Amino acid sequence: MNKLRNSQLWQLILANARELLREPAVLFWGIGFPILMSLGLGVAFTKKKDVTVTIAVIGRNHLIHAPSDSVSVIQTFLLRNKAILKVGKDGSISRELTVPDEKLGGTKYIFSDMSWKKAMVMLKRGNLNLVMDESGSQIQYHFDPMNPDAQLTYLKFSKLMKDPDLIIRESETEIRPLNVTGTRYIDFLVPGLICMGVMMACMWGVSYDIIEKRSKKLLRRMIATPMKRSNFLVALITVRIAMNFVESGLLFLVASLVFHITIQGSVPALILFFLSGNIAFAGIAVFLSCNTAKTEIGNGLINLISMPMMVLSGIFFSYHNFPGWSIPAIQKFPLTMMADGVRSIFIEGAGFGEIMLPALIMLVIGVAFFTAGLKLFKWH
Amino acid sequence: MKQEAIIQVKNVHKSFKSVHAVRGIDLEILPSQFIALLGPNGAGKTTLVEMIEGIQKPDKGEILITGKPWKGNEKELRRIIGLSLQETRFIDKLRLFETLRLFASFFGLGAERCEEVMNLVGLEEKRQAYVVNLSGGQRQRLALGVALLNKPRILLLDEPTTGLDPQARREVWMILKKLKDASATSLILTTHYMEEAEQLCDYIVIMDHGTILKEGTLHDLLGKSSAYIEEKQEYKGPPRNLDELFIELTGRHLNE
Ligand SMILES: Nc1ncnc2c1ncn2[C@@H]1O[C@H](COP(=O)(O)OP(=O)(O)OP(=O)(O)O)[C@@H](O)[C@H]1O
Ligand SMILES: [Mg+2]
Repeated sequence: MNKLRNSQLWQLILANARELLREPAVLFWGIGFPILMSLGLGVAFTKKKDVTVTIAVIGRNHLIHAPSDSVSVIQTFLLRNKAILKVGKDGSISRELTVPDEKLGGTKYIFSDMSWKKAMVMLKRGNLNLVMDESGSQIQYHFDPMNPDAQLTYLKFSKLMKDPDLIIRESETEIRPLNVTGTRYIDFLVPGLICMGVMMACMWGVSYDIIEKRSKKLLRRMIATPMKRSNFLVALITVRIAMNFVESGLLFLVASLVFHITIQGSVPALILFFLSGNIAFAGIAVFLSCNTAKTEIGNGLINLISMPMMVLSGIFFSYHNFPGWSIPAIQKFPLTMMADGVRSIFIEGAGFGEIMLPALIMLVIGVAFFTAGLKLFKWH
Repeated sequence: MKQEAIIQVKNVHKSFKSVHAVRGIDLEILPSQFIALLGPNGAGKTTLVEMIEGIQKPDKGEILITGKPWKGNEKELRRIIGLSLQETRFIDKLRLFETLRLFASFFGLGAERCEEVMNLVGLEEKRQAYVVNLSGGQRQRLALGVALLNKPRILLLDEPTTGLDPQARREVWMILKKLKDASATSLILTTHYMEEAEQLCDYIVIMDHGTILKEGTLHDLLGKSSAYIEEKQEYKGPPRNLDELFIELTGRHLNE
């Protein structure tokens, strides 16, 4: 027992753990921040909120006149459905109509009377979803075909115009929303956040820490002893990985309490896979920091590595939105590999069989970078 | 019988870009000998000591510790050397005793030795203090303590008393004197204080611009220097102390 406590690896681990736990900022950024982020994004994307769409109606006073005055289809529609008339401070006239929908979230339509010129200005500013022109013999819809939001508004609204009873009918019966655990955005997001947290923790907690210690000439004093060099790095990494387990565990705990996230696949497989992902990033982090004593350079290197992966690896949205030719490359990033694997266990119920290969690849990446980093490591 | 030198420095050179910091130094240190390296700022003291410590590599020349070069013997030599660097930083967020424990573990030593050393350097009261909160002098004493942990055969101290108050300086001298009486440790110490060299060391080396200007026992130095001045034909009588000798040799004050 005493022998263990006196061993240099154990004392190095203790020193690193103490240093970490005695730094409150580290705890906030490591634990508090990811949880807050998951809560914020989770709430923002999970609650199906009522959407508001704005439709410009071209033509003179279409909205205010009685239906008998003309044959305006829109007027007829709006009045029949008791759309509320609103007059703005500047004299602008609009009508509001809310179509409730339990399953998909309601839609609030705002119809504004305006000139073609003004409509174009508002469209360019992104304040308009759709422009309706009834000056011809039939209704014309104008919108940007590249804008899916505008398309959706068009489809929804034109359907409503053809079948106004939809407003009164509860909702469309053939729609069955998939609110099952595993298919929501939050189910996609949390595994990604966990992996991103591991990457950032390794970059700052290992790379930056090493560079800072080197620049403060702390490493120099340590290697002027019989300390085994690899022990120093192994201790740093061990503490970091242990901390990552705690941080990710807490994030998962909060997400499971708030959003009822579950792990559908094998938990032991998840632990193994998570560990090998940690080793991959820890190895990369050691390699990244092996040479420089300038914290500014460290900063740059960390951003250079982590920024592209954060954007491309499908943490916040699926990387399948990127062009097809880039996807095979994206899938080779360590963060993509880790996020895909963790997600497959969380959501798709994967087990050892599915994650063995990527786990092994990440392990090899980690060990290779670590070894190279240790070889090239500058102690002062 | 001639004693075998424990440290041999043979024609050592070291440059940093345009600065030729150490230019051809020869030095031998015997077991249990205490040597002072005296010299103004930039003389090359730290560079020389760090080469002996194996932290920097000489560009030219050879350094042997117990007859062995650093290359290939690092593991063995590290065990018998204790050192404190001129700028020593420890981990801020560790307590004093934890720091000692950490460094002791590198030598395979336990808590007992840490207690001893802590008492030796008089820091018992600060046992639980974070390193970041220690005063400059307390940190110096911690650095000395760390250097003494492994009861080194060779002790290399780079300005161990700079920044200490006179009382604390005297305490460090007492510790080192006791060490001299009780063991066969050899010491190389750099300093700007003449008194320190006079009080502690049997052999004094005066350096400037990367070379040795003069070396010998205090007695030798003060005796011989009159001849040196005679050469310049401006004999003013022999220097009464190291201070005067130093100014004569280097043309500057030590503490500049
Ligand atoms: N890493 C370095 N890079 C460039 N120049 C250096 C480096 N280390 C030392 N020097 C230069 O080498 C010369 C000798 O420096 P050194 O630190 O050995 O002096 P010193 O005698 O210890 O001085 P001091 O009494 O101020 O500690 C100085 O001119 C210094 O500027
Ligand atoms: Mg110096």
